Amino acid sequence: MAEVLVVVEASQAAGVKKVTLEMLTIARTLGEPSAVVFGDAAALTEKLAEFGAAKIYAASGPDVEDHGAAPKATAVAELVKRVQPAAVLIGSTQEGKEIAGRLAVKLDNGLLTDAVDVAADGTATQVAFAGSTIVKSKVTRGLPIVTIRPNSTTPVAAPATPAVEQLSVAVSDTDKLATVVERVAEQKGSRPELTEAGIVVSGGRGVGNADNFKLVEELADLLGGAVGASRAAVDSGYYPHQFQVGQTGKTVSPQLYVALGISGAIQHRAGMQTSKTIVAVNKDPEAPIFELADFGVVGDLFKVVPQAADEIRKRK
Amino acid sequence: MNIVVLVKQVPDSGAERTLSASDNTVERGSASNVINEMDEYAIEEALKIKEAHGGEVTVLTVGPAGATDSIRKALSMGPDKAVHVSDDALHGSCAVATSKVLAAALGPLGADLILCGAESTDGRVQVVPHMLAERLGVAALTGARKLTVDGSQLTVERQTDEGYEVVTASTPAIVSVWDTINEPRYPSFKGIMAAKKKPLQSLSLSDLGVAGDEVGFAGATSQVLEWSKRPARSGGAKVTDEGNGGEQLVAYLATEKFV
Ligand SMILES: Cc1cc2nc3c(=O)[nH]c(=O)nc-3n(C[C@H](O)[C@H](O)[C@H](O)COP(=O)(O)OP(=O)(O)OC[C@H]3O[C@@H](n4cnc5c(N)ncnc54)[C@H](O)[C@@H]3O)c2cc1C
Ligand SMILES: Nc1ncnc2c1ncn2[C@@H]1O[C@H](COP(=O)(O)O)[C@@H](O)[C@H]1O
Repeated sequence: MAEVLVVVEASQAAGVKKVTLEMLTIARTLGEPSAVVFGDAAALTEKLAEFGAAKIYAASGPDVEDHGAAPKATAVAELVKRVQPAAVLIGSTQEGKEIAGRLAVKLDNGLLTDAVDVAADGTATQVAFAGSTIVKSKVTRGLPIVTIRPNSTTPVAAPATPAVEQLSVAVSDTDKLATVVERVAEQKGSRPELTEAGIVVSGGRGVGNADNFKLVEELADLLGGAVGASRAAVDSGYYPHQFQVGQTGKTVSPQLYVALGISGAIQHRAGMQTSKTIVAVNKDPEAPIFELADFGVVGDLFKVVPQAADEIRKRK
Repeated sequence: MNIVVLVKQVPDSGAERTLSASDNTVERGSASNVINEMDEYAIEEALKIKEAHGGEVTVLTVGPAGATDSIRKALSMGPDKAVHVSDDALHGSCAVATSKVLAAALGPLGADLILCGAESTDGRVQVVPHMLAERLGVAALTGARKLTVDGSQLTVERQTDEGYEVVTASTPAIVSVWDTINEPRYPSFKGIMAAKKKPLQSLSLSDLGVAGDEVGFAGATSQVLEWSKRPARSGGAKVTDEGNGGEQLVAYLATEKFV
């Protein structure tokens, strides 16, 4: 069976990210998954094995790790030429897309981004125009290089015993033109990552100020979810930009999305309308968010949310 | 500093958007078209750098004839001149081909700094900046929320899922910007009048030495097979809080097994 390269998304803090497990799950329907790790593979091997990586290619060291996407794309391109995989799956994240873009140019190969599924014949299902349109596309030149959106599928374990192969990548000077000189981790606590969370609780301008966002955080923590924010909330300084959901923020697709004091502008919907279940609290009965909410409460969030939090505590 | 800003015209993301029923490309004819929002931030950043360090700002667009409107609008913010690559053969181009055309147009412009948006709102592919870096052999600093220019040294701060990172490179380089980097200026009346007289060079593919079959449908590396509108979501139950709204909410969450 042909190999399918899966470029691993992982972080120091969280280890293998969920999107990687989703990619391994999809890869198994296309061939035999081989994980490509940048950095220390040892810490990730167990998880990758559990989800079916039949092989692990690892490239590490400053040349590969400290210059952004360029050397990583070089490494993947070398692998593609050597092992002739059936497909390459990459996370639909900032760096994932950057690697994919470079890879496509290097190989003069087609590229599909933001896919939620890849069929056995390589046809990808993509979500376009703010979640309003479903597109089926195919790479017509070269092999399928597809970036996969987090929360596209449920990861299924399929234990394997991968051999780890260390790659020595021929990183050129051009690959090293940009240098990461500092990485700053910001305290995030124990909340799940926004794009990967099964539950997202978001606050909008209706939350009123930064201090009140504690209410949003409290509900998120009770539900075991991540915290999001509308652009109006971010622009007003209530919550940091990396938590913005929407057109110019993150796209989320959780099982449950809770919108608190968010009107539901089209650009906000762009980032959340593929959520499985949506609930909303808004004091304006005409707020457009209610057009997509499976359950809506017309009311003051400062009354509704604390009561909901108490009720959840009671039920626990 | 010689700066080129990449500006794409896209259908307004605040309006209904669709793919074409006849050939599955982004419907641009009937849409209300605007400058891709993030590109306005790139224009602003270019103007600020010019104001601080001197130089020239050129707008570069690859797109249909109608994109001229967006180019004039871009010029009204303050750039000096524009280049518009337009050719019927471009219709149906994929990102790989678009980057080839942009790279061909960038070559003779000899930019020290290429500024662009982090992503376009129509495709949201977020790949063009790195594709260009790959083709031109220059550094790519992408997703900038802050850019510092010190002679030929560029420093960018970019947000990551974990926090942020600081990335450096020397010119020539391509920098893509996020909408947190600045606040784009509004064109002044004077700017709008001046824009009408600024040089706008139109180029065809043959001017760039790119063959028609390398782009458009002929040269596409991927193909949209079919598309459909997602069924619109419909609102479900809506209750008005009469003192127990929070409890009702949790009762609903419980039936859906979230608590
Ligand atoms: C190019 C572009 C890109 C954009 N990108 C994004 C994006 O990525 N993400 C995004 O979110 N937006 C984006 N926007 C902005 C978007 O158009 C809206 O302006 C924004 O989503 C509004 O945020 P909001 O719903 O929090 O604020 P508002 O629209 O002001 O709504 C606040 C809501 O809170 C309710 N409320 C107030 N007080 C209470 C209370 N005590 N209890 C209950 N409800 C209350 C109000 O009834 C109102 O419905 C973008 C806009 C543009 C032009
Ligand atoms: N056809 C084009 N003409 C000019 N600039 C473009 C074009 N396509 C993409 N760009 C630039 O590349 C950025 C990223 O686009 P994308 O990779 O398509 O999401 C945009 O914000 C533009 O600055």
